Amino acid sequence: MDSVTATTRAARHPNVVLKLRTFAAISGAGFRRYSTYRQATVAGLFTNTVFGFLRCYVLLAVATGTGTGLAAGYTREQLATFVWAGQGMLAVIGIWGWTELADRIRTGDVVSDLLRPVDPVTNYLAGDLGRAGYAVLTRFVPPVLTGPIFFDVHLPARWQTVPLFAVSMLLAVVICFGCRFLVNATAYWLHDVRGVTTLWTLGSGVLAGLYFPLRFLPDWLWGTIWLATPLPSVMQAPLDVLVERDPGPVQLGIVGVQLGWAAVVLAGCRLVQRRAERRLVVQGG
Amino acid sequence: MAEAGAGRAYLALLRGQVRAQASYRVSFVVDLVSNVGATVFDVLSVLVLFRVTRDLAGFGLAEAMVMVGLSTAAFATADLAVGNIERVKHYVRTGLFDTILVRPLGSLPQLLLMDLPLRKVSRVLFGVAVLVAALAVADVDWTPGRVALAVVAPLAGAVFFGSIFVIGASVAFWWIESGEIANAFTYGGRDFTSYPVTVYGGWFRRLFAYGLGFAFVAYHPALALLGRADPLGLPAWVGWAAPGVAVVAATVAAVVWRTGVRHYRSTGS
Repeated sequence: MDSVTATTRAARHPNVVLKLRTFAAISGAGFRRYSTYRQATVAGLFTNTVFGFLRCYVLLAVATGTGTGLAAGYTREQLATFVWAGQGMLAVIGIWGWTELADRIRTGDVVSDLLRPVDPVTNYLAGDLGRAGYAVLTRFVPPVLTGPIFFDVHLPARWQTVPLFAVSMLLAVVICFGCRFLVNATAYWLHDVRGVTTLWTLGSGVLAGLYFPLRFLPDWLWGTIWLATPLPSVMQAPLDVLVERDPGPVQLGIVGVQLGWAAVVLAGCRLVQRRAERRLVVQGG
Repeated sequence: MAEAGAGRAYLALLRGQVRAQASYRVSFVVDLVSNVGATVFDVLSVLVLFRVTRDLAGFGLAEAMVMVGLSTAAFATADLAVGNIERVKHYVRTGLFDTILVRPLGSLPQLLLMDLPLRKVSRVLFGVAVLVAALAVADVDWTPGRVALAVVAPLAGAVFFGSIFVIGASVAFWWIESGEIANAFTYGGRDFTSYPVTVYGGWFRRLFAYGLGFAFVAYHPALALLGRADPLGLPAWVGWAAPGVAVVAATVAAVVWRTGVRHYRSTGS
């Protein structure tokens, strides 16, 4: 078990600075890698913008139809911000379409990940943060600037909202990465992850608050989903922080729940990866 | 003679597909069940919105559900029949499209029959069920004409969505990395047609509803079925024009596809 092939006993230099430098280098590579897909970026941006219009008009019609101008406690302006920031966030958290790990497991390429002196979870997380950083510039900023041109939006009124939202979005990226890693990692046990992927695509859209803000559901149901699954922490939570739907302390509480989910999900990834590696060795892979 | 031969060849392609997909029985059943999921959520979303509000741009739940039913049935049918045309991107990029062109059969029907996703049958059944239930609840004043419209409208809508799928996929002949652009009009169109067009405003409504014709998939046929006047002022007969709009869309799609295929240059080496 001392050989580097079987375990991820990395760090010949248990030096924090070096580790951070490695992490930053992998993130940088992730950033550069996605910056080469220019046409795909433009195409995705166009589609997100069209859906921004569709969703925004529908939610505004809901707010108008209630008679009070409020829909489940959101004003029209808050709903507009919710929709447009949400369309931008979709690409930042990279909610769908990541099958890289599952593909590498299926083809056996994943073995070369184990040879690297960086733990696979850390390695993929670093790459994903780089990807998300690129998406913030190219996929988040444009819809967030487009929305206010065509709709009245809610702008943050409290000074702490913007930094809190930044933290919340970062946590959302980490949680979403963790969920996708776990979905992909089922490939270690199942040969075909299509079923699990379908389930993830379905569940993540609804439970993250993409189709409608989860507060549209009865309170007990929304509360249960929020505490029992990591999905609302992936979209709904940062968006609620941004639109200032709740008083300051609740905003903090939302981020607190996210922090908890980030820890749980990452620990889950570590655990699953370690068990999978043991299994992979048994198989002689 | 040649016609009959081609027909038999298409039939053989279809039969091969059915046999291949049904051979993994458990997997097929799981696919059937999970495939209906997305469509169920789309319909549930509308119900959730009506939990919060009682009125969506002048329409109540029962009326809105007729539109949702028309849209869902039409989209699911088109997605089953032509949805996989999205894969043309892959065929163009890899040069696989060559193998399709060298066969003495139409390129479009071949592509569709080579990969007919039978698992999506469940969505069509669900869509039709929603439509039937909505029409039953919506208190429609049935006349022979309305019965005919209730049958023809979802079919016309399916032809319309099918045309959008083909046009969207044809973009790949000019722009290989066309990515998600087509999604804005296929899935976006489905979302657009699920709600009364009075929900939308300004140039966005003009463009999607009348510029691209999406108002004729569900909104106008639903008004004709419900016997409701259009808040936007268009006359009632517009609902009956939906099949005509579908024919126009299909013609445009055929022209675009043909031009695209002519434009195709193999990847070469």
